[in-house]
Amino acid sequence: MGMTIAEKIIAAAAGVEEVKPGDIHTVELDRLMSNDGTTHLTIDMYYKLKHPRIADVNKLVWIVDHNVPCDSVKTAASHKKMRDFAKEHGITFYEGAGVCHQVMMENHVTSGELIFGADSHTCAYGAVGAFGTGVGCTDYLYAMVTGKSWLLVPETLRFNLTGKLPEGVYARDLILTIIGQIGANGANYMAMEFGGEGLKTLDMSARIAICNLCVEAGAKTALMEVDDITRAYLKEHGRKPKHEFTSDADAKFAKVYDIDLSKIKPIVAKPHFVDSVVDAKECVGTHIDEAFLGSCNNGRIEDLRVGAEILKDKKVHPLVRFLVVPASAAVYEQALEEGLLKIFMDAGAIVMNPNCSVCWGSCQGVIGENEVLISTGTRNFKGRAGHKDSFVYLASAATVTASAIKGEIATADMV
Amino acid sequence: MDKFSGKIWVLGDDIDTDIIIPTEYLALETVNDMAPYAFSPLRPELAGQIKEGDIIVAGKNFGCGSSREQAPEIIKALGIKCVIAKSFARIFFRNSINNGLLLIENEQLRDVVKEGDEVTVTLNESIEYKGQNFPIASLPDNLMDIINAGGLVKAMRKLNGLD
Repeated sequence: MGMTIAEKIIAAAAGVEEVKPGDIHTVELDRLMSNDGTTHLTIDMYYKLKHPRIADVNKLVWIVDHNVPCDSVKTAASHKKMRDFAKEHGITFYEGAGVCHQVMMENHVTSGELIFGADSHTCAYGAVGAFGTGVGCTDYLYAMVTGKSWLLVPETLRFNLTGKLPEGVYARDLILTIIGQIGANGANYMAMEFGGEGLKTLDMSARIAICNLCVEAGAKTALMEVDDITRAYLKEHGRKPKHEFTSDADAKFAKVYDIDLSKIKPIVAKPHFVDSVVDAKECVGTHIDEAFLGSCNNGRIEDLRVGAEILKDKKVHPLVRFLVVPASAAVYEQALEEGLLKIFMDAGAIVMNPNCSVCWGSCQGVIGENEVLISTGTRNFKGRAGHKDSFVYLASAATVTASAIKGEIATADMV
Repeated sequence: MDKFSGKIWVLGDDIDTDIIIPTEYLALETVNDMAPYAFSPLRPELAGQIKEGDIIVAGKNFGCGSSREQAPEIIKALGIKCVIAKSFARIFFRNSINNGLLLIENEQLRDVVKEGDEVTVTLNESIEYKGQNFPIASLPDNLMDIINAGGLVKAMRKLNGLD
């Protein structure tokens, strides 16, 4: 029987010929990422073990990105615990380098790997054909100590992409449209696999944005076919694929969706659910207090270029705080070199250091009671960005920047 | 804990991890410090009303969102005996088992119950509500062992003769 990409990666990691959905396998993990959201909890549990040990320290990558720089004595203590432990055990450690998934994509992930990340958006790694999945700190600890874990083989939803996104429409519009279509639990426990001719029109930044958000449909992982764009990205970053898997012609999918990219329009996800997706035009005129361009989903150089192009020679609305947060230090430097940061600053935006920022509602840019944020972040849950009675709209870098100029939700063609 | 009864609290669909515990309280030292703020974006008074042994009954996709493990830990710290929902998000499901929080899936119950009423759960069999029985799936023994021990780390400690 044919297998999907997800099934092939699990079979390779389990050391078996064949797996099928519903099977549970013990798998060898290639990499284990953890960030300052929960690593302190993992360390506390580690010291309660009878035989605390790390199976393979080379697999571990720890990244401080959620509260950078520290905003309180409590987070300083939690960071110190993480930093000291990493130093003591020789764990690869980043601080200030950027949002964990962007740092992982730039420095570590490769095709065919099986990766646990103590963060829900670990599914981003599917952009290069790696099986990344989010786990809690207990699962992380178990994998850290044993090098292994168990996985239920997921069913796969296949998305065949055709055509090309129209001018002014972005990967974020595409994936939010898909989430709106299948619902916030439409892919619960499943893998979302993307392929087809349309995929070849999407660059690596777009692919990361798509895979990263699949957890918002409940997906266990997201996976894309490896092609020349993947190989070029890996080569540029000094890495080679571990495996290049594609689904067999007779692989079994739970459902197949055909998506014509040329039909996608700019969209907005309204508060308080990621699948509350509407045509951006329906939200035009909605008052905003803050706009956010950043996050592991949409803070790459390509996104900053989109924003800067729209903002050039214009001003941010005087009543709007426009936060621009490059997803990594590498992105920050590139944006500096290209003159993008100057465009943002001249226009009155607030340019911040790389970190998770208001996307997770801590550290910086938190919004107050009844305030409205339009964001390129990952979620718009109630209270996600600050006060319990505040509102988050999700949109593309273009729509967010246009809205920052107008002081109300606007699309790029309106500014 | 093969059979138990409890007063129910009824919640809707898509109860996400930021509702279970908002980001601003994650910096607090212990889950017991965080527990009073559970569900606060939706129902600020709820955490204070929940009593030991109570049961949450919710709609689809309970626990969607973040991988923060504090979410199931806090529900457990509030004394909730189990969560019954139409469906659970997958990371939350794993985290709950790993922290000894019992989860039960049932599609129908949520739409017939009234908050404050009582339900009786017979593990691996059914839920009884006002004389009506709702069948439930069984959990494998190894997962029940983890739940009964109070979570994966506790189960491992027990296995290693530490507790």
